[in-house]
Amino acid sequence: MDRLPINHLERPAYIGKRVHRSEDRALLMGQGQFVDDLKLPQVLFSALLRSPHGHARINTIDVTNARALKGVHAVYLYSDLPESARRRLPMSIPNPLIRHVMTQELLASSEVCYVGEPVAFVVAESRYVAEDACLLIDVDYDILGAAGDPLAALEKDASLAHTSAKDNLIAQLPLSYGDMDQAFAKATHCVEEKFWQNRGSAHPMEGRGYAAEYHAVTGQLTIWSSGQTPHLEKKTIVDMLAWDPERLRIIHNDVGGGFGPKAIFYPEQALVAIAAWQLQRPVKWIEDRREHFVSSSQERDQYWEMRLALDAQGKILGLKLVMTHDNGAYLQWGVILPYIGVTTTPGPYVVPAMDVTLRMVCTNKGPTSPVRGAGRPQAVFAMERMMDRAARMLGIDRAEMRRRNFVQPEQMPYAVGFIYRDGKPMIYDSGDYPKCQKMALEQINYAGFAARKAAARKEGRYIGIGMANFVEGTGLGPFEGATVRIQQNGRVGILTAVSSQGQGHKTTFAQICADQLGIPMEMIDVIVADTNAMSMGIGTFACRITVTAGNSVYLAAKAVRTKIERLAAFLLECKTEEVEVKDGITYVRGSPERCKTFSELARVAQGIPGFSFPEGVTNGLEDTQYFSPTQAAYCNGTAAVEIELDRDTGQMRFLKYVMVHDAGRIINPLIVDGQIQGGAAHGIGNATLEWMRYDDQGQPITTNFGEYLLPGAGDVPRLDMLHLESLSPLNPLGVKGVGEGGTIPAAAAIIAAIDDAIDDPNVFLKEAPMPPPRLFEIMRDAGIYERERQTRMAVVKAGLRT
Amino acid sequence: MKPAQFKYHLPSTLDEALELLGTLENAKILAGGQSLLPMMNFRFVMPDHLIDLNMVSELQCIEVNPVSIRIGAMTRQHAIHVSPIVRQFTPLVVEAYDNVSHRQIRNRGTYGGSLCHLDPSSEQPCFTAALDGVIVVASRRGNREIPIAEWAAMYMTPSIETDELMTGVRLAIWPPGHGWCFEEYARRHGDYAIVGVAVLVLLNEARHIKRLSVAICGIDAAPVRLTRAEEELVGHEAGDEAINRICEITKTIENVMEDAHHSADYRRHLMQVLTGRAMRKAFDRAIPGGF
Amino acid sequence: MDSKVISLVVNGQHFEKEVETRHSLGDFLRNDLGLTGTHYGCEHGVCGACTVLVDGCSVRSCLMLAVQSDKTAVTTIEGLANEDGSLSELQLAFRECHSLQCGFCTPGMLTTLTELLRENMNPTEAEVRERINGNLCRCTGYQPIIDAALLAASRLLDKHRAAVTAPRS
Repeated sequence: MDRLPINHLERPAYIGKRVHRSEDRALLMGQGQFVDDLKLPQVLFSALLRSPHGHARINTIDVTNARALKGVHAVYLYSDLPESARRRLPMSIPNPLIRHVMTQELLASSEVCYVGEPVAFVVAESRYVAEDACLLIDVDYDILGAAGDPLAALEKDASLAHTSAKDNLIAQLPLSYGDMDQAFAKATHCVEEKFWQNRGSAHPMEGRGYAAEYHAVTGQLTIWSSGQTPHLEKKTIVDMLAWDPERLRIIHNDVGGGFGPKAIFYPEQALVAIAAWQLQRPVKWIEDRREHFVSSSQERDQYWEMRLALDAQGKILGLKLVMTHDNGAYLQWGVILPYIGVTTTPGPYVVPAMDVTLRMVCTNKGPTSPVRGAGRPQAVFAMERMMDRAARMLGIDRAEMRRRNFVQPEQMPYAVGFIYRDGKPMIYDSGDYPKCQKMALEQINYAGFAARKAAARKEGRYIGIGMANFVEGTGLGPFEGATVRIQQNGRVGILTAVSSQGQGHKTTFAQICADQLGIPMEMIDVIVADTNAMSMGIGTFACRITVTAGNSVYLAAKAVRTKIERLAAFLLECKTEEVEVKDGITYVRGSPERCKTFSELARVAQGIPGFSFPEGVTNGLEDTQYFSPTQAAYCNGTAAVEIELDRDTGQMRFLKYVMVHDAGRIINPLIVDGQIQGGAAHGIGNATLEWMRYDDQGQPITTNFGEYLLPGAGDVPRLDMLHLESLSPLNPLGVKGVGEGGTIPAAAAIIAAIDDAIDDPNVFLKEAPMPPPRLFEIMRDAGIYERERQTRMAVVKAGLRT
Repeated sequence: MKPAQFKYHLPSTLDEALELLGTLENAKILAGGQSLLPMMNFRFVMPDHLIDLNMVSELQCIEVNPVSIRIGAMTRQHAIHVSPIVRQFTPLVVEAYDNVSHRQIRNRGTYGGSLCHLDPSSEQPCFTAALDGVIVVASRRGNREIPIAEWAAMYMTPSIETDELMTGVRLAIWPPGHGWCFEEYARRHGDYAIVGVAVLVLLNEARHIKRLSVAICGIDAAPVRLTRAEEELVGHEAGDEAINRICEITKTIENVMEDAHHSADYRRHLMQVLTGRAMRKAFDRAIPGGF
Repeated sequence: MDSKVISLVVNGQHFEKEVETRHSLGDFLRNDLGLTGTHYGCEHGVCGACTVLVDGCSVRSCLMLAVQSDKTAVTTIEGLANEDGSLSELQLAFRECHSLQCGFCTPGMLTTLTELLRENMNPTEAEVRERINGNLCRCTGYQPIIDAALLAASRLLDKHRAAVTAPRS
């Protein structure tokens, strides 16, 4: 495996430096190109009529008045779609255990299965008029029984989420390794607990959006998208519209955040394309926030039932898990999301035997797919709470409980026992988990906490500390490609189909490339997210881009450097080893006047019409690589959080927030820190604020930002971040992903800290989110307020000041 | 999320506005727009006519009189928040606005708009109740005055006729040296109060309560004045016993609202907690040298 | 269709346009004037991405009708750079501190902080945090934005002090 040598260049390397982003200037000047910013001449606007019911049959739809409204160009129903589009969306990630494959139609043909499901598509002169027209569409529904709660949906006479299905069980997956019977037979202690968790959505600040333009003369269809997976979008449009792939181009310009939901394919993208093609005018659809709440994918309820077998010292012998996952009405991303969750459960601990039953349930709620953390925050919450529970039961310190169970660094590479979601055995490649926790606890002064807690209590204040460890599989395959090309003007082009939603990929790629070619970053132009740039691609999710495309850039740049050296040697009539490459000029070492610029070399490599190349010269100064990882690269981290709890209101505030993260080699510390701070904000939201709620008929209860609470600046503290760099042996750069690490342990650590602040033997928090009203109920039911009131009354009676 | 069509009217005087209001059907007043426009964007509300009062300058003022301050209905919340008059004479109001939403909203939002919107969780009706606010409304038929206690007809509906508009509010001035506190619990700073408490207290030299006003929002459609507690506690010493007594009295309030997010029980609990805290801070401010 | 002709100044340039009365100020800026720097994230006044300055005051352009901006001076993100096109101190600080990732909330952050720094030349961290509490960001976790505001404030203050104490020529 090709290692990146350190100190291999004369010039200071860009890799590892806090390089300011090349993306920023345009965005700071208000010159971003988000999909709604595109100025397409003659563009038409669109809106959707969506189902107001969780589950209903469509009897009739009358669009007469809508079509007649001035300014309306078209109203589409299912029956108006071209034949290729009158089918369900392809399932992105199939699995033979899925009993009933149910993906969405572009528009509902006869049955709607969630509030927000598209029923009609209106194209008009303005969004205002399109929404006017939607109000004029008359739909006659028969309301059907809805499947609400996933546990209730599995009961014998539960309402069906889809009338065409036998029941609501999408899939039941057994996963196991090791000898569970032995584990429980040998166990000295057994901890049992049930957890309930709800995640909600990513809510990027920019909703979804698509704009399509069709040129009748060439047959070219171009779609701009606020998405994460250009090639997946392309593949799906090819299928749904029966389109020639060579006449279809998907481009993502600026995307205002993704975090997962924008990675799947949605009906609106195909509808916009169909309309643009048929009306022969550009058409765009821009999601508003109300739509985002109901129709962009989210994560939903999960029920975790865990049994942990421990020996007398608290070492884990085995773990039994039954996890019930609420999938919502449709299954776009297969079983991946909950699968990641259950396989993440062992985390950094040695779990010799594990037995999992994963049940995925269909309900009449909106679509689900991975949201930042992708199922891992739930696993970490459940496992870390179990560790705290076990520590309490055994009378061991919580940190010590974890220390006794860590996978040790000398055990790397460590086979967990499962097959991971990438289809390969789960083998942790590198990482020092004990060191990570140790650093975090030292940084937060865990040792001194007991004294701090006691001092606070004397002042009538309640503080608590919580910790959580995680291991995350990143850098998933199968590949992501990049081309590095020396242009005839001497500038260097990096071309990829990678989609960015704020991660600064353009900057990171330029750093990697600049180091290999010995040039300043300003000489590089980076093209991303254009399906014309690369013929194949997968997408931006699961912290995979730096590992895949980053290494493709590295390998392609290295290959180009070799070509540069060889061609220069040929033209300068010297040996390859004598060629120096610096700032876009090649020269013979010791004789700088014998030189060729990148531009000159590129022009030679372009060829002269009719002439054969001499021996040793090949066409083009470019190279394309599709780095394909053999398996995931596992990053890890520890969050340690100290909070103060206002027990009367249930409100907590942060005192300290420490995060130690190991993502292998850091290409740009500025960007890495930004990902962790930003990721933590999502986790903080998940801990006490964000809760996407539905009633038992599939009606969403939280449908605006007044009811669904996102963390603001007052809710997110400054993180105290430390980094480790355990290089991954699985890729040349030694990198691992970092985008979700801030989120994954956050809710677990925060809720553990709240639990610690309550400090009551009758209270053990096992739900996430844990919002103040719920915390109040728990404390009330444990008698905490009543006891305090009696104490206060007694003090007053005795004439003392409280 | 775009609003439905409407006809837009921009009167420049109060008389013009009243004339429009008296003749148009299904008309709504556009004040700050910070509550109305979101509802129109969601199409929860679809008026045929919008009467924009932002050019009626006579509705924007902050004046002080011997016993009251008068605030025009269209006065911007930010202007009230930073007004030296308000700070000097009704400091409770300033502390309330510390909790109201965010600067961008306060720059446009109006006091009158909030009182007419009458969200149970809103801070502005609450301090108005504590300060014995008197609301002045006008129509082509003339003016009338409505004490804040009679202002709410029902949930989010003031007792104002369709041809009337609010012109301003008079708030009572308490003597210098009075104690005040606006205390609320909100999930995030700037959010609507789940429960909010406004306290005004006047003590004599012996630190006994001469006068007390306590208004609570977030438990009913309109802010609730604890009139029974206010009467009972006159003469009591400013201290823990008084605080405990008033907290016990809050428990006797029978109707406490609830919604999907915050139960009645939680609101009751907050009411006690926040009343206690607000009383403590108000005493602290009423006593030279602190509580 | 109910419409009105409005006359206003945007980023120093005068416009006279007919606009439908139900169109929001943000939609007018984006669609009628082509100033797409101002972004819509929620259209119900919570996210703050649409914040612009109207007569120097920060307002949500989704909660103001375009017709209400008649005879006002509006500043959007496109109007915040220096006259010669160079980035302002605040914009430079944003770049240095990595205060933007996707850039969607950035217009609202910049206009809001511009108002703050005009009113308060030496804000504390708490004051900055409080001021942007009405601007949601899903990328940065806010700390880099706060750091940039404090950095810009200290630089502007230095410049101001230097100008004030400079010897008269």
